[in-house]
Amino acid sequence: MTLFRLPACILLLIITLGNPVSAAEQSGHAPADPLNSPQWGVMHSRFLNGETYVFDDKVKVLAPDSAEDSLNVPITFDASALQGVEKIVVMADLNPIPGVLEFRPKTIPARLSFRMKLQQGSPVRAAAKTADGVWHVGGAWVDAAGGGCTLPSTGTATGDWSSTLGKVSANVWQRPDNNRLRVRVMHPMDTGLASGIPTFHIEDMNILDESGALLAEMTLHEPISENPMLSLDVGKHTGFRLEGHDNNGNRIDAEVVE
Amino acid sequence: MRKIPLTPRPPLPQGERGSKKDNLLAPLPLRERGWGEGYKQALLALLLLIHGAAIADTFGYPLEPQQIAPDTYVLEGKTEDFSRKNGGYIVNTGYIITADGVVVIDSGPSKRFGEQQRTLIEKATGKPVIRLYLTHHHPDHFLGNQAYGEIPRYALPASKQAMQLEGEAFTANMYRMTGDWMRGTSITLPDKEAKAGTETVGGHQLETIALSGHTPGDLALFDHTTGILFAGDLVFNNRAATTPHANIAAWLTALEKLQSLPLKMIVPGHGKVAQDKAPIEQTRDYLQWLSATLKQGAANGLDMNEVMQTPIPERFKAVALAHSELQRSVSHLYPALETDSLKPAKQAE
Repeated sequence: MTLFRLPACILLLIITLGNPVSAAEQSGHAPADPLNSPQWGVMHSRFLNGETYVFDDKVKVLAPDSAEDSLNVPITFDASALQGVEKIVVMADLNPIPGVLEFRPKTIPARLSFRMKLQQGSPVRAAAKTADGVWHVGGAWVDAAGGGCTLPSTGTATGDWSSTLGKVSANVWQRPDNNRLRVRVMHPMDTGLASGIPTFHIEDMNILDESGALLAEMTLHEPISENPMLSLDVGKHTGFRLEGHDNNGNRIDAEVVE
Repeated sequence: MRKIPLTPRPPLPQGERGSKKDNLLAPLPLRERGWGEGYKQALLALLLLIHGAAIADTFGYPLEPQQIAPDTYVLEGKTEDFSRKNGGYIVNTGYIITADGVVVIDSGPSKRFGEQQRTLIEKATGKPVIRLYLTHHHPDHFLGNQAYGEIPRYALPASKQAMQLEGEAFTANMYRMTGDWMRGTSITLPDKEAKAGTETVGGHQLETIALSGHTPGDLALFDHTTGILFAGDLVFNNRAATTPHANIAAWLTALEKLQSLPLKMIVPGHGKVAQDKAPIEQTRDYLQWLSATLKQGAANGLDMNEVMQTPIPERFKAVALAHSELQRSVSHLYPALETDSLKPAKQAE
């Protein structure tokens, strides 16, 4: 009895210590998470509705290895190597508010750069849903000293946010393949996690061309950094209209010309 | 904790346990575990003990004084980032043995470091420390101050102010990055204002040069008697310059000033001691490349991550941490540049 139990226990211990992949993932059909996050299962059911997914190198997430400024962690995702991308969902597994952004490109490439707040080191993922209903998931692990989500925005802390609220500055760069549009919208983007400061953030933003045709839709969540700065690849367009709302009903509406 | 049954239980009928193979690999039901559980716990305890012993270091920094002049020594840190392995010993500190006692330049990254540094110096020289110079307010240069509580501690006013303002946050982050090496470390501020000018200390003609650029207050100490310059972090040698508080234009001006000194040797803040001005030239070259890269990126509409991907030029291949410092520098310096590259859009009424 004891004789065979001892090796069993050692084996168990080795299995438990040496292999962090959960039993469910070992036995089930789900692919193992390359970022080995304890929250991936929750992310999958909450943000991808538990639908079919693959971890796919075609979805690139660029981010620094370590967040120098937890309030402004630059993230770039690029799913333009996939055909028929309907939407991209960005999430940070270990953030207190894990939902970061949703991007629905209509006629422009599935590529976007922005900045976010991180409360601690976390995987940051972009999941692109293609026309066949499959999610293609890419990601990067970003280390962070943290605290990004529970601090008041500079605008709210200094009290001058109201004079610039919703103001847009932008520029367009002509390039051989895709022109580059960079847009900054002044907004505190308060997460609601700083004591006594309610949630106050831009909820949706649409980018249209000069004729009013929709180029892309975006849904922004609390972790997007204050005064969101976005970089997009926009085909051959040179004139744009930016429309959006925050959660208090304030409108964003601006015209960008080269 | 759950009680372990002391009396062996009768074996269950075969069918209830499944095959023998399953028995070996699958966990037994909790209530089923007998003496085996005891072994498992003992083994776990043993593993924890071994693990604990491996990390329960003596926290001794490998301090090896390097003689660079008859009475001048350097403790050279590694050209790495902070880690639990190096305990923050990534910085150069130094000391000059004068007729009146020892002058120390920078107290290192932690209380433990400062204590070990002072003990070593007083033992090796047989003389007391008479003053401490702090080159600037970054944590790896002044968090050893606690070991010099009764010694006059000189720093530029801008450095003292910044230590006061940011010291606590630095300390917290150092605990995060190096762990127990930091035990007991808290802020001890400088208590003497370093004034630009030359002064003779125990036969050494020491010039305090007040500069800025790496931080708002950068003190360089030039010993005219030996021709040795303690450059602080205004100069890096084969280690990428760091920029969390940098003003590159001011930094380049500061380097010009250092370049003009009749010096024989340079002790950089990080990297090897040099007998020529090459580290000044390398730091200047790197900063100019960095500044041009960032400006060009903003002018071309790049986002931060795209600038962070810039390949490091061949001539900086020997420079440690160039890629990770470029990533950090983009975070520090790019936001102001890219804001300048945007124009106000036409707001709808």
